[in-house]
Amino acid sequence: MYAFQYHRPQSVADAAKLLASNSEAKLLAGGHTLLPTMKQRLAAPKAIVDLARIAELKGIDKKGNALVIGAMTTHAEVADSAIVRSAIAGLAEVAAVIGDPHVRHRGTIGGSVANNDPAADYPAALLALGATIATNKREIKADDFFKGLFTTALQDGEIIARISFPVPAKFGYAKFPNPASRYALVGVAVAQTGSGVRVAVTGAGKDGVFRHTAAEAALGKGWSAQALSGLTTDANLMMSDIHADAAYRAHLVGVMARRAVA
Amino acid sequence: MFFRKKEADAAPSVAPGAGTAGTVPVSMTVNGRAVSADIDPRTLLVQFIRENQRLTGTHVGCDTSQCGACVVHLDGRAAKSCTVLAATCDGAKITTIEGLAKDGKLHPMQEAFREHHGLQCGYCTPGMIMAAVDIVNRKGGNIDEATIRHELEGNICRCTGYHNIVAAIRAGAAAMGGMRQAAE
Ligand SMILES: Cc1cc2nc3c(=O)[nH]c(=O)nc-3n(C[C@H](O)[C@H](O)[C@H](O)COP(=O)(O)OP(=O)(O)OC[C@H]3O[C@@H](n4cnc5c(N)ncnc54)[C@H](O)[C@@H]3O)c2cc1C
Ligand code: FES
Ligand code: FES
Repeated sequence: MYAFQYHRPQSVADAAKLLASNSEAKLLAGGHTLLPTMKQRLAAPKAIVDLARIAELKGIDKKGNALVIGAMTTHAEVADSAIVRSAIAGLAEVAAVIGDPHVRHRGTIGGSVANNDPAADYPAALLALGATIATNKREIKADDFFKGLFTTALQDGEIIARISFPVPAKFGYAKFPNPASRYALVGVAVAQTGSGVRVAVTGAGKDGVFRHTAAEAALGKGWSAQALSGLTTDANLMMSDIHADAAYRAHLVGVMARRAVA
Repeated sequence: MFFRKKEADAAPSVAPGAGTAGTVPVSMTVNGRAVSADIDPRTLLVQFIRENQRLTGTHVGCDTSQCGACVVHLDGRAAKSCTVLAATCDGAKITTIEGLAKDGKLHPMQEAFREHHGLQCGYCTPGMIMAAVDIVNRKGGNIDEATIRHELEGNICRCTGYHNIVAAIRAGAAAMGGMRQAAE
């Protein structure tokens, strides 16, 4: 790990000032992606702005018909939250299957969403639920936020403050974890929302998380695993690696989609 | 003398060309004792525990967040101390494997690992025991084998095949649960 200056601001405004005054600064949330990357020297920020002290970034709340989760809320806090369980039980399940207990005690929703790992779980949940990402500057719809592998709509100096999920009629998530890393080999999130059925796939797509329009159309006709029985997924759009080739991933998308509905 | 010299060398140095980053003050409670130090911001919690506090019970197995040998309790929750900056832990309460035994008496989970032969080389054991105590803190003393195996996803053992670890945790959990009831 290369040397860096360390800052622990108490407010989002102070964190934003620190970012603005140092173009090579990086935000630190749970550190469970950033610190390993820094150890490998794949990232070498000159300054670290630690969000750990910022109380306004934490917490879970139900506001009208929306579930609102602060960026610094850990996976374990989401998984264990009675508010999340009663509003969108399946979202607690998404958090509960991330990594292992120790990872869930540190990793945060904001860090996961900002990182947009193509095998991460939250991006699929946000996309299927039509969530809105609120930063210190603006609000961004999930449909406009995830821009491909490890790429998002976030601009320099932008800090995710909270994520807002409209409560759906139905939501489910099924994940086939990579047995070694626990990340999704394929994960499918399905939701019946005010704006129709939405299906998002993680772990599989060459360009990261994506919406599966054929699955959405099929489930729009009838919300059941059977409705997805003829579903096909284009293997040309799938990742292929030592863990699973493209054809296998394409097959797993159908299997996981049916499990997510059931 | 030799050790002192080595330890000075082992202190993280400033990378060439990275500029002087200075130090950052941290204070925390480690096994009930208040400690403070000025540290290089890069210092990982596990380095702080092992090199600064000289508590070498906490191990580094992989240094890549995979194996769980470095698990300690950070504000009451199991965490991989190789993947947390010590600076982040300013104000925190840390418990390491050295903090479990009380008055020369092993913690019930340590006793259960001994009784059930839940270790061979022992490298993974401090992390296993800290993870096991965390599982009981969250799930209670009456936990089945499937739950224990699932909860151990973040802890790797190269020796035992897990069988005796799982048996030890079941017994240790029951003993902890019993102690808790007795206390109530
Ligand atoms: C062993 C292991 C297993 C894992 N398994 C899974 C898994 O199964 N599924 C899964 O989805 N993930 C998994 N993860 C990743 C884990 O969920 C991470 O915690 C997460 O991806 C990043 O969150 P973080 O809080 O640790 O962020 P950090 O590592 O602190 O930050 C990640 C990135 O996001 C930026 N960032 C952080 N917070 C903000 C913010 N508020 N605004 C803007 N930018 C921000 C940082 O600058 C950095 O670039 C695993 C990690 C490990 C170590
Ligand atoms: S040394 Fe920390 S997880 Fe392996
Ligand atoms: S006892 Fe040797 S690694 Fe677990």
